[in-house]
Amino acid sequence: MQELLAQLAILIIAAFLGFELISRVPNLLHTPLMSATNAIHGVILVGGMITLASEGSFAIKVVGFVAVFFGAMNVVGGFWVTNRMLGMFRPPRPRVKKRREG
Amino acid sequence: MQVATFLAYLAAAALFIVGIRRLRKPETARSGNTIAAVGMTVALVATLFVIRFESLLLIGAAVILGAVVGAVSAQRVQMTAMPQMVAAYNGVGGGAAALIALSEFYHLQVEGEMSLVAALTVPLTILIGSVSFMGSVVAFLKLQELAFTGAVSFPLQQVVNALLFVGVLVLGANAITGGAILPFLSPVASVVAVLAASAVLGVLLVIPIGGADMPIVISLLNAFTGLAAAASGFVLENYILIIGGTIVGASGTILTRLMSSALGRPLGKIIFAGIAAAG
Repeated sequence: MQELLAQLAILIIAAFLGFELISRVPNLLHTPLMSATNAIHGVILVGGMITLASEGSFAIKVVGFVAVFFGAMNVVGGFWVTNRMLGMFRPPRPRVKKRREG
Repeated sequence: MQVATFLAYLAAAALFIVGIRRLRKPETARSGNTIAAVGMTVALVATLFVIRFESLLLIGAAVILGAVVGAVSAQRVQMTAMPQMVAAYNGVGGGAAALIALSEFYHLQVEGEMSLVAALTVPLTILIGSVSFMGSVVAFLKLQELAFTGAVSFPLQQVVNALLFVGVLVLGANAITGGAILPFLSPVASVVAVLAASAVLGVLLVIPIGGADMPIVISLLNAFTGLAAAASGFVLENYILIIGGTIVGASGTILTRLMSSALGRPLGKIIFAGIAAAG
């Protein structure tokens, strides 16, 4: 019970933190932010590892294996693709600034 | 849970938050992504210390396989095809959450340790994760113009959606009560049925939405997967899943609203188009 209450407290605080974190973001960064948060929910891989590590029949091992495979793809693909996306920002940055000033 | 792993999870959560903060400005965005990735590494390494040593080989094989597929696809994708790639990664994340809940339900059932919290959050995780998985698959197919191009709808779609949702609720209740409602379906069979029905629901919710609205739909499904991860955190009693999942669920919801207003496509209209397509 104590544990559950602590988990609920964390849930509420994390939810408000999430709302607060994304405020007044330039439009330019919407897609990278979506992509990066997409990579962060790849933390589900932690759950996949825990579930694959516990005892189970062959079928359950297969389910766990696919879950870990999916989770790893989410994490690596997510961060990698975000990094590529943000890599494109570097050259046009001065031009964007100039346009704003002018 | 070991104290060291718990503390490492807190450090990972802090790195996620700093990472997202830095992603709000173009100048610091790239380092923000790197910091979040470091946080992820911390969380994953810390998890290795709380699982059985013998299972490391199997986990390692699955991780390497997934990492290679993820890295190669991320490196090869055309810049113009980025949104559908994000949809694909988001979908597999949701699928992972659903499969984890399914597998944990089996474990808890066998060990007879089913708590009320786990009984409630397992069907919820499977519902959200599975909808997100199939919804993302449809979004991917639409953007890649492989299938479901344009707005696809059929007669009585709304009724079918409602029936599927009621079906998911009944099957979920059947799983929680140990087969009291539908005696011919075992609890494990019921959660598998929840998975299947939610997958169909995920397809039906996204096919009526036009391709132009897909980035917003992907953002919404991203928030869904975050919530599925948070719900699976309650199933597994794991703090980093609750924290990471909830932050993504909440920030993804706000981001979806920001995107829809920036693109001038009201969120209500998009979702309404999805639900009431052929109403």
